[in-house]
Amino acid sequence: MTVDYVLRRLGMFVLIIFVAGTLNFAIPRLRPTNPVEERMNQLLQQAGGVHIANVKEMIASYEERFGLNNPLWRQYLNYWIALAKLDFGQSIAYFPADVTREVMRSMPWTLGLVGVTTVMAAVIGSFFGAWLGWTRTPIAVSFVVPLLLIVTAVPFYLLGLLMLWVFTVFWPVLPGGGAHDPLIAPAFDLTTIIDIVQHAILPGAAIILSSVGFWGLGMRGMMVTTMGDDFIKLAEFKGLKERRIFLRYAVRNALLPQVTGLAINIGFVVSGSVLVEVLFAYPGIGNLLYTAITSNDYFLIQGVLMYVIFAVGLMLFIVDLIYPLIDPRIRYRSA
Amino acid sequence: MTTATAVHSPLVVKDLKVYYYTRRGPVKAVDGVSFELHRGERLGLVGESGSGKSTIALALMMAHKEPARIEGGSIVLNGSNVLDDNSEQVRLRRLSEIAMVPQGALNSLNPVMRIRDQVIDGLKDHNVSMSDGEFANRVAELLDSVGLHRDVASRFPHELSGGMKQRVSIAIAISMNPSVIVADEPTSALDVVVQKQVVQTLRDVQERIGAAAIMIGHDMGLMAQFASRIGIMYGGKIVEIGPVSHIFNNPKHPYTRLLISSLPDTRSKRRLEGIPGLPPSLLRPPPGCIFHTRCPDAMDICSQEIPATREIDALRYAACHLYGDDDGKVVDL
Repeated sequence: MTVDYVLRRLGMFVLIIFVAGTLNFAIPRLRPTNPVEERMNQLLQQAGGVHIANVKEMIASYEERFGLNNPLWRQYLNYWIALAKLDFGQSIAYFPADVTREVMRSMPWTLGLVGVTTVMAAVIGSFFGAWLGWTRTPIAVSFVVPLLLIVTAVPFYLLGLLMLWVFTVFWPVLPGGGAHDPLIAPAFDLTTIIDIVQHAILPGAAIILSSVGFWGLGMRGMMVTTMGDDFIKLAEFKGLKERRIFLRYAVRNALLPQVTGLAINIGFVVSGSVLVEVLFAYPGIGNLLYTAITSNDYFLIQGVLMYVIFAVGLMLFIVDLIYPLIDPRIRYRSA
Repeated sequence: MTTATAVHSPLVVKDLKVYYYTRRGPVKAVDGVSFELHRGERLGLVGESGSGKSTIALALMMAHKEPARIEGGSIVLNGSNVLDDNSEQVRLRRLSEIAMVPQGALNSLNPVMRIRDQVIDGLKDHNVSMSDGEFANRVAELLDSVGLHRDVASRFPHELSGGMKQRVSIAIAISMNPSVIVADEPTSALDVVVQKQVVQTLRDVQERIGAAAIMIGHDMGLMAQFASRIGIMYGGKIVEIGPVSHIFNNPKHPYTRLLISSLPDTRSKRRLEGIPGLPPSLLRPPPGCIFHTRCPDAMDICSQEIPATREIDALRYAACHLYGDDDGKVVDL
């Protein structure tokens, strides 16, 4: 029964990868420009507009190098064969850098920054939301809600700009960009860690502040609904301790949709970080994707997006597997 | 009532007043209700919607919420007034002295907890210390006593039928052998066959543990099956109270009479009669007897004076101006 469920979910996962992977292949190629030609022209301009006689041949040879001279169906086939080998080829924009290497170099920064702050925002927000939805919470706490709303309503790039100005210009205490000080040799020592944390504070705070209200309001709404449920009333009639009613009856049930929300958000961590990373010049996946798209780098786009798709699909798969554990009403056997 | 009987009766309610404070003034949902529950006795409280029956149940559990406030009277449970308790004392009394069987709505149980844990957590929060094995035995014993298989302990609520869930609620209610069980429309949302079984179960366990029980509802048939005494509520007051047979066969208060005659009867083919008029506004109750606006026997005095409660015959009390000193002496219940 359980095996059947896992297999079905796994099939779903494969289907997601297939559909998304196909789109991933097709969409960049819908652009009317040729990435190799574009990159060549860019390089030529940088070189001061020198005329090189055999540009056409160079482009052709690079196209052959990247396999872009093949018919589309052939490229598509090669794309999947390469994917199966986890080989995303070489970047056009960063030629001859390896796409996988580029992605792997950016990934830890994004996971560290956006992953950690997303979880923090969810935990902090849910905590406040639960507290606000509890009828016995002091009135004073309810003033937190409008505050959360204001912060959430401000787009976080504006919030980020404001914070950048306040903490790097007006009162320069924090670094304004990057993930670490280039002058410090990376090592596993305290100086490096402090440096990295310092660089993460501003972008991290921007992410948390802009999404904590969303988590808080969602949780508060669920708490209010749950508090009206009959099992809360029976729990009170049973003379249970408040702490138990709050944690085991109210929060435990109100938290269920938050878990789904968190899983989906973690899946999007990789891609949802574009704005914040560009704004704070953070060398993560978002920044990489931004570069890839602006230079129409087929292979880099494919590589980055494939990891995003994989991450989202994997998170949804994991949620599907753990959800029956946290909500017994959802069973492994149902589709 | 003397103090001596108060000590022996598990529950003595005197002149209880519960008002809901609204913007337009207090709504007198329960306005001067008195009754006494003897050991092992089963009382049914009957009345139409808004007559204050459920408010009484909440007040007995001290689980009424704003804007409801207990405005006066006393609820003496096992010899001491619940209204004098602090919130922790109230909490400890629930389940151990007075337990509630909730309305038969289908989500009275926490959907993410196994039945076993939902029985045990009540015990744990009342400082019952047992080993895990003893707890498991106690749960099995309780499930047995309400006619459920002991395997139910490891199930989740969504795996049970409505009747089974209500049996679990009963098992929880008797888990600490309370002296009073309050059942607020315990069979609503259940089908008719299951209703009878659940009421029978409730009656069986109540007799077994020797608790007094008070059942609230409007199904006269179920009441007759369950209760030994019935109180008829109207407009926040008990207008008549007495043994089941007296109430059904020889109702004294005009409202009771109309209520009984509105019941369908399988033996005679008479037309069903309703009670004309609408329930009174509890925000601005009519002066005098609260029923006089709908009463077929209303006299002048009914709109001027609130009728006193008289003992019409043994154990039967009614509050109506139709009865004078010849019919029974005025009592202070």
